[in-house]
Amino acid sequence: MRNVNIKYRVAKSKSIQIIIVMLAFIVILPLLAIILYIFKEGATKINWTFLTKIPKPVGEAGGGIVNALLGSAIIVFVASIIAIPIGIFTGIYLSENKTSKLAYWSRLSVDILQGVPSIVIGIVVYFWLVKPFGTFSSLSGSAALAIMMLPILIRSTEETLKMIPFSLKEAGLALGLPYHKVILRVIVPCGVSGILSGVILSIARIAGETAPLLFTAFGNPYLSYNILKPMHSLPLLIFNYATSPYDDWHNLAWGAALILLTTVLLLNIITKLTTKRWNVQL
Amino acid sequence: MERPVIKSVNFNAFFGTNHVVKNVNIEIPKHNAIAVMGPSGCGKTTYLRCINRLHELTAGATSNGEMLLNGEEVYGMHPIFARLKIGMVFQRPNPFPNLSIYDNVIAGYKLNGLKLSKAEKDNIVEQSLTKAALWNEVKDSIHKKGTFLSGGQQQRLCIARAIAMEPEVLLLDEPTSALDPISTSSIEELFHDLKKNYTLIVVTHNMQQAARVSDKTAFFYMGELVEYDDTKTMFTNPKDTRTQNYITGRFS
Amino acid sequence: MACMFLTLVIHSMPSIRSLGISFFWGKTWDPITNVYGGFPFLIGTLLTSFLALIISVPFSFSIAVYLGEYQPTGWLSNLLKNIVEIIAAVPSVIYGFWGLIVLVPLVQALEIKFGVLPYGIGIFTASLILALMIIPYGASLGREMMRMVPAHLKEAAYSLGATRFEVIKNVVIPYTKSGLFAGVLLSLGRALGETMAVTMVIGNANMMPTSIFGPGNTMASVIANEFTEADHTLYLSALIELGLFLFLVTVVINMVGKRIIKKFTNE
Repeated sequence: MRNVNIKYRVAKSKSIQIIIVMLAFIVILPLLAIILYIFKEGATKINWTFLTKIPKPVGEAGGGIVNALLGSAIIVFVASIIAIPIGIFTGIYLSENKTSKLAYWSRLSVDILQGVPSIVIGIVVYFWLVKPFGTFSSLSGSAALAIMMLPILIRSTEETLKMIPFSLKEAGLALGLPYHKVILRVIVPCGVSGILSGVILSIARIAGETAPLLFTAFGNPYLSYNILKPMHSLPLLIFNYATSPYDDWHNLAWGAALILLTTVLLLNIITKLTTKRWNVQL
Repeated sequence: MERPVIKSVNFNAFFGTNHVVKNVNIEIPKHNAIAVMGPSGCGKTTYLRCINRLHELTAGATSNGEMLLNGEEVYGMHPIFARLKIGMVFQRPNPFPNLSIYDNVIAGYKLNGLKLSKAEKDNIVEQSLTKAALWNEVKDSIHKKGTFLSGGQQQRLCIARAIAMEPEVLLLDEPTSALDPISTSSIEELFHDLKKNYTLIVVTHNMQQAARVSDKTAFFYMGELVEYDDTKTMFTNPKDTRTQNYITGRFS
Repeated sequence: MACMFLTLVIHSMPSIRSLGISFFWGKTWDPITNVYGGFPFLIGTLLTSFLALIISVPFSFSIAVYLGEYQPTGWLSNLLKNIVEIIAAVPSVIYGFWGLIVLVPLVQALEIKFGVLPYGIGIFTASLILALMIIPYGASLGREMMRMVPAHLKEAAYSLGATRFEVIKNVVIPYTKSGLFAGVLLSLGRALGETMAVTMVIGNANMMPTSIFGPGNTMASVIANEFTEADHTLYLSALIELGLFLFLVTVVINMVGKRIIKKFTNE
């Protein structure tokens, strides 16, 4: 037969395979390094004081991050309250109306919104909610985060509902239910776990966001429950303290980073578990 | 009889623990067209794909037994060698979409890194396309991409691509089932000519096609080679009741 | 929904009026003398993003090939899939923080070896972190594309005697070319808009970067740093204009990328 150099080609194929596999798995290293480092540094800093006190002024050791913890929780909570109803209803609307003009523009805006840098969203919300009221507020921070949650919520709701078989809708209609009731009482409950995983995912996405909060919630060294006033949050704290030259603050930042990282990872794992049950395409 | 070009002895194939080809013993003579028939899921396509070792590319797929090509054990040589000597045409015409007709025909050479002079390439392209009865139809657009061709033409292009490698055996897996009747008959006509240079093994669902084109027919049922005989005999006087049932349409 | 989109555009618009086009060529950025030129930040953004892209592409490509071709199933592939998703989930501040504390000294050591001023922070460091952060986007998209290659096309190549690599090179890649390109575009879009991690390690120098080992600034990071300190309207408008530009560029790149993917998945 012709002179076919099989040995060389097979060897080449194998060695390229090895290189590709190595490259693919190398990325594990930096990730592992990051996670381990944070655990190492952060674990020692967390104690009861850490979790319940506010930071001390510069120079004094000790202090905690309770204002940021609470702040994060409040901001995220409010953001969810704003975003979830809007997101889910929009998702429902889109899954029912594939062709109307409004649907087209909504889909387009969702697509665009997904690509907007978070800091730009912060700028916009600044003009809407901070300037007119003359003050930073956690509400504006929540609004910014809510805007970021919307694309994920809308898309996952729409996808979940799209996957529900048409026959179910027909069954509901055949029983004499009005259309909107069929949607709300039959279809949506069916897709609950898919929608739920979308919700959790959107929360996981924004829990660690900093940029939108920079000029909206702004941060607050004191404990505050007032959503109309500036409020602190974990990512903001980490940003400020990490870039500062003070060791005490660095320590606080490590602890905060650990808490933030663990929370976000947990939320992602929970999303995974709920998605598995439903097989949602996000 | 001269040495058969393909000979299987106690050949079995599995998908995991699923025993899909059971103990096949067959001898296929040179320059014949053999039809391989049977109901869906009987193992005929799997058996075909074992001949050119495409079967083992599926995860969990295994086989055992002897598979001899001109006396040489197919599973003893590197799979690439086996595939160079055994060409395959698939059910759906699949010319490479990013290559021109010309490049499609010599794709086998290019993929294997075999260098040819332009004259050699031109020669091979023209010869293969002629043998596949496609040359006259495409010789003026030979550098265009193959996707504008009709289904039947695309399939003939795939045949040209396979025979450009000068294989000993050409395997065809339901080559006309995705084509219209006119394209189908043009390809069947081709078989008569191809037989002169190659040995053809054609898996087909279509009994009339088997009767039209093949010298011998092998009937598979539930993974076993139930009957193997000259086509004329098989269709007029089958020896096994299962064969008879299939031919008379008791099950499909 | 739709209103949001429109308002976003309208609201950012009023701010450009003040400054005009030459904004983008001006090289000095001095709030004190009220001179604003955005060019250094444009360069900073482009440099970091493209550098990050170049660094990340071999990795995201390899992951895509591994998960899409070599090993689509199995525990090892699931592990890799999950790890890639975790990389995407880690908040950007955390990358920045780690980068500041761990990566910067490493880069400093590297710079000493190269005989360059050992800032540690700078464009190169920012690109490294950015590269890590955008790997998941290219990888998961690439993997989706590769899984869409029809099996019988690959089999045709195998049946002609090709090796695994040859099948990938000659069949899979030409088939997925546009999809892979879209993956690169989307990673780029992500890189351009990334703010926090970059801000923390880039050095915040408001001047033309002199080398990739030196400090600089990107459009996003200068906004992050100086927005709350902008005390007069011109200053603020300048920053907003940067924001608008960033918005337009990222939106365009993302739309183009998405359109390519739509075309590809519909074929």
